[in-house]
Amino acid sequence: MSDKMIEVNKLNKSFGDLHVLKDIDFQVEESEVVVLIGASGSGKSTMLRCLNFLEMKNSGEVYIKGKQIDPKKDNLNQVRQQVGMVFQHFNLFPHMTVLGNVIEAPTQVKGVSKAQAKKDGQELLEKVGLGNKANDYPSRLSGGQKQRVAIARALAMKPEIMLFDEPTSALDPELVGEVLATMKDLAQEGMTMVVVTHEMGFAREVADRVVYMHDGKIVETGAPKDLFENPKEERTQAFLSSIL
Amino acid sequence: MYLYSANFWTALIDSRGIFFEAAQMTLALTAVSILIAIFIGLLFAFMKISKIKPLEWLANIYIYVVRGTPLIVQIFVFYYGLTEIWMISGFWSVALGLAFHNGAYIAEIFRGAIQSIGKGQTEAGRSLGMSGNLTMRRVILPQAFRRALPPLGNQFIIGLKDSSLAAFIGVSEIFAVATTQGANTFDYMTWLLVSAVWYLILVFLLTLVVSAIEKKMAVSD
Repeated sequence: MSDKMIEVNKLNKSFGDLHVLKDIDFQVEESEVVVLIGASGSGKSTMLRCLNFLEMKNSGEVYIKGKQIDPKKDNLNQVRQQVGMVFQHFNLFPHMTVLGNVIEAPTQVKGVSKAQAKKDGQELLEKVGLGNKANDYPSRLSGGQKQRVAIARALAMKPEIMLFDEPTSALDPELVGEVLATMKDLAQEGMTMVVVTHEMGFAREVADRVVYMHDGKIVETGAPKDLFENPKEERTQAFLSSIL
Repeated sequence: MYLYSANFWTALIDSRGIFFEAAQMTLALTAVSILIAIFIGLLFAFMKISKIKPLEWLANIYIYVVRGTPLIVQIFVFYYGLTEIWMISGFWSVALGLAFHNGAYIAEIFRGAIQSIGKGQTEAGRSLGMSGNLTMRRVILPQAFRRALPPLGNQFIIGLKDSSLAAFIGVSEIFAVATTQGANTFDYMTWLLVSAVWYLILVFLLTLVVSAIEKKMAVSD
């Protein structure tokens, strides 16, 4: 048992010969915002994807809300309802309207009535500042708007944990701010969040803890102030000086 | 030049009654065979992308046989073969033969369309707690069907024209009526041209229907 929202022990993941995650130990407390940083190929996205089982670990343990998840026995669809995910490329459903995207999973998976889902969905869209776009198709939206819809869509399942996989990396620079602001609101409401990002400003301002990964391992972890200003490990220093 | 002789135009106009009836037969053959072919195509497309290897092999064998043998042979095998064990009309043996034939091509069209939908769409569905089947039905298939429509429309047109082979087992569709008229009047060319005009009209109408559906599905662009 574990009282953490997420606990990962000795997680290993390989793609063929490529050993991507090496004995990862990692925990996230309730309402904690953890930012994963590291060079591309360091394994941060893979680790995130192991948390909602879009990637299957090769060995190790994953606990979600204290319960160890066995992908062979447990119903992953139920686990994933508690763990929302936002993708780099939004992955909105292009054949559905904005509101259609938001109500899809609640109505189809949870059996929420359409009227109720629409009401809730509209509220979520207002919350991300897109109440007036409910009946538009995603193709009419900017990247930043698409990503905010994607956040609303994930929130519609009322998850207790939200995973963000480079949510602003595909956006034009002027659109990054609106998405980060939405995420910041969410963090302030007490959502448990794990965020893979290159936005160091966001990490500094919003994260409770920053985790630096390199070559499939967690090299250093700490409060943003400590990690950014006094990195202990040489590799962390090298990485930070290369990006800041 | 036949097309400009009075013969052709009077033939076209005077025969409109029997050819209208024949065109209905052609349309019925096409509609029935295409509907069954869509069902077969979807089934075999799923078999081909299935993780269960024997299903994939079965689908490959089916597509290999259909693509590797002439349609007229397939229709005759259905006609003579099926009527041995099960008394069905010429209409139904041709309809099933055409469905069997078009199903293989439609399977490949659907398979390609399904596989062309990005992995991110499946991941988005699954990450929301949707099952694999639900994601396929609600997220992937609607998009795949839209992408499949242009080649599907093309296959429908091929199916419509291929229904003329039903003439060889005595179904009174357009081509059969044309050849009968030709034999009766010793004027094959006129009646073949008349049948060509009817096929052109039907293909034109089918094209209109397909592009209307395409337009309707384009609202999300």
